[in-house]
Amino acid sequence: MSNIPYILEERPDTGLNNSKLGIWIFIASEIMLFGGLFSAYVFLRIAAPEGDFDYWGSKLSIPMATFNTLVLITSSVTMVMSWASLKMQQFDKYKMYLGITILCGLAFLVVKYFEYTGKFHHGVYPSSSTFMGIYFTLTGLHVIHIIGGLLVLGFFWTSQADKMWEQDQDLLANRIEITGLYWHFVDLVWIFLFPILYLL
Amino acid sequence: MSNDHHHEENFIQKYVFSVDHKVIGLQYGITSLLFLLFGFLLMMVMRYQLAYPEQVVPYVGNWLFSESGGVMLPENYNTLGAMHGTIMIFLGVVPLAVGAFGNYLVPLQIGAPDMAFPKLNAASYWSYFIGGVIMMASFFTPEGAARSGWTSYPPLSIFESGQTMWLLGMVFLITSSLLGSMNIIVTIVQLRAPGLTWFRLPFFIWAQLVTSFLLILAFPPLESAAILQLMDRLAGTSFFLPSGLVYAGSPVEAYGSGSPLLWQHLFWFLAHPEVYVLILPAIGIVGEIIANNTRKPLWGYKSLVYAISFLGFMSFIVWAHHMFLTGMGQSMSAFFQLTTMIISIPSVVVLTAFFISLWGGSIRFNTPMLFALSFLPMFGIGGLTGLPLGVAASDIFLHDTYYVIGHFHYVVAPGTLFALFAGIYYWFPKITGKRMSESLGKLHFWPSLIFMNGIFMPMFIQGLAGLSRRMYDGGVTYAHASDILQWNEFMTISAFCLGAAQIPFVLNLIISLAGKTTGERNPWDSTTIEWSAPSPPLPHVNFDKDIEVHHGPYEYSVPGKEKDYSPQTTP
Repeated sequence: MSNIPYILEERPDTGLNNSKLGIWIFIASEIMLFGGLFSAYVFLRIAAPEGDFDYWGSKLSIPMATFNTLVLITSSVTMVMSWASLKMQQFDKYKMYLGITILCGLAFLVVKYFEYTGKFHHGVYPSSSTFMGIYFTLTGLHVIHIIGGLLVLGFFWTSQADKMWEQDQDLLANRIEITGLYWHFVDLVWIFLFPILYLL
Repeated sequence: MSNDHHHEENFIQKYVFSVDHKVIGLQYGITSLLFLLFGFLLMMVMRYQLAYPEQVVPYVGNWLFSESGGVMLPENYNTLGAMHGTIMIFLGVVPLAVGAFGNYLVPLQIGAPDMAFPKLNAASYWSYFIGGVIMMASFFTPEGAARSGWTSYPPLSIFESGQTMWLLGMVFLITSSLLGSMNIIVTIVQLRAPGLTWFRLPFFIWAQLVTSFLLILAFPPLESAAILQLMDRLAGTSFFLPSGLVYAGSPVEAYGSGSPLLWQHLFWFLAHPEVYVLILPAIGIVGEIIANNTRKPLWGYKSLVYAISFLGFMSFIVWAHHMFLTGMGQSMSAFFQLTTMIISIPSVVVLTAFFISLWGGSIRFNTPMLFALSFLPMFGIGGLTGLPLGVAASDIFLHDTYYVIGHFHYVVAPGTLFALFAGIYYWFPKITGKRMSESLGKLHFWPSLIFMNGIFMPMFIQGLAGLSRRMYDGGVTYAHASDILQWNEFMTISAFCLGAAQIPFVLNLIISLAGKTTGERNPWDSTTIEWSAPSPPLPHVNFDKDIEVHHGPYEYSVPGKEKDYSPQTTP
């Protein structure tokens, strides 16, 4: 089963290995997924009564979202640092940076939890308005993506990573690079969500 | 890395949770053929109702419609219609064309040992399987299966029962095709054998590549639409519910200000490319078989490749021709009419190239070739009858009539399905090392061809007369339909005969599988790479020698050569 070529080394004429091409295609489909929801947002905003989106949008907490934006950007930076540490053969540093990335992801979720429960506390639910509906749908889907990313990152923080490091360093570095691309994409989605939901 | 560590696999690893692309391809193939049969049976019950409305359905009526004494109620008809469409498209044809043929043949035709991501491949199949189980289970829930049509138009789909299970099933099916198509793209780009340059790829591979791009980019918007509809149903949002809506006599308690049109846009953004997902693998299969059985190179190979690539691109900007009647405005209609007329050009290029390929060939009329040849006029009829639907002025008259049903069934049933049958007959010797019976094959082909037309040709007549496609009684209560009602019985009898015509196919499969193995590598004297593998190909590695490709895919009857075919793998 291990006779599939170009798992790690690049194919000369395409300049890619399999998993890198795979993750880019996956990200392309993810762009279409969020793109569908973003265009739904535009469609609904245009169709909504005058001032409706502004009124409901003002109920969201900009400080919390700003904090979350900073947290995610930090996590993207540490994600790159952890990959770079692997490439520089510094396994301990890799673990540290990956740990910080995971903590940032968890911090994001905690803040999101308080945002959601705060809304529910004031009787604001997805059904309260079209804006709130699309807010909960978009951020909820994004949260699911964060959780998925955290599961993968968590896996590479366990002793499984130690084993991989002993057996095949290149494989681990490749997996972290691929996971990183996904993680950056999830951050990027938030960079778009923040202005259209909180600031506009 | 060699195959040294290869350990013995037990039955479950080998045939159930296998990561070998050939086993997964066969799993896809068997599952999707069973779903095709099931979707066909649903349609037979519907057709009985259309020909003999309000009568007790024989044999199955008392079991299916026990509450009404065996008579089909309107909501039963709607359920059958919705699930027939869903099962045929998402559980039958696409998994067969992309999941089964793509999985089995793509690595073989490019000289690769397996797909690029074998585990992802298995995940794709099992996700499809779970989606199928959810769809089947929905029939047995207290709510019953979905009844809002395969298009699930809101606002009706927000209120009708059964829709939640449908949406959950769709999420799994969409995930499955995303994983599968991503795998196919990476496999084609990365795992081509040495010497297999882009323009040496068989046409079937190009068709699978374009198909996979359509799946990867068009399906996610439907997933987002499904999420929004789930929110509308479960969380009480009103994305698809306009203000002031009244349902079943009482005002709907929702925030409102949503738009049913939003669903239609998101849905057709998938569902129009989906039409090309249905047809492109079929075109690829037909191309292979025509080149092989005319003993000539496929005419205009490069033009064909450019044509289907352009077709794939254009298919993303024609979706709103399904929506001319929604009042979306004249400028929108004008734009989508124009793109729809443009997209017909590459389809004509494909058909023309195939017809010219026949010219001057010494054609072998074996079973795969008969199916492939009949694909050409059948798909031609399906395509040409689509033109009046692409122009708003005539579509306003024809929209939602039986004409539309006739049109797209000509594309998918005698079009795509015939090509898939051709593919099964053509590659069966490679998959099993055994030959299928030619006489049973012909006994399958000729009645199928006749009865297919018997079902769908009268639909054009009924549709042009204005018969609506939604009537559960076949139009007996509809004054305009009185002159064309006699066709209903004719079509129903044709449908049952078509069912009977599939018996030789099933018999042929069973008898051939029980027959002796010859293990012929290249029974059709073909040129593409899969025919230089053993029959059946070796588990996990496919080939018993290193593959190097020396020339293009269709070098038939090259002057000065000893044989009339030059395989890609021989210098």
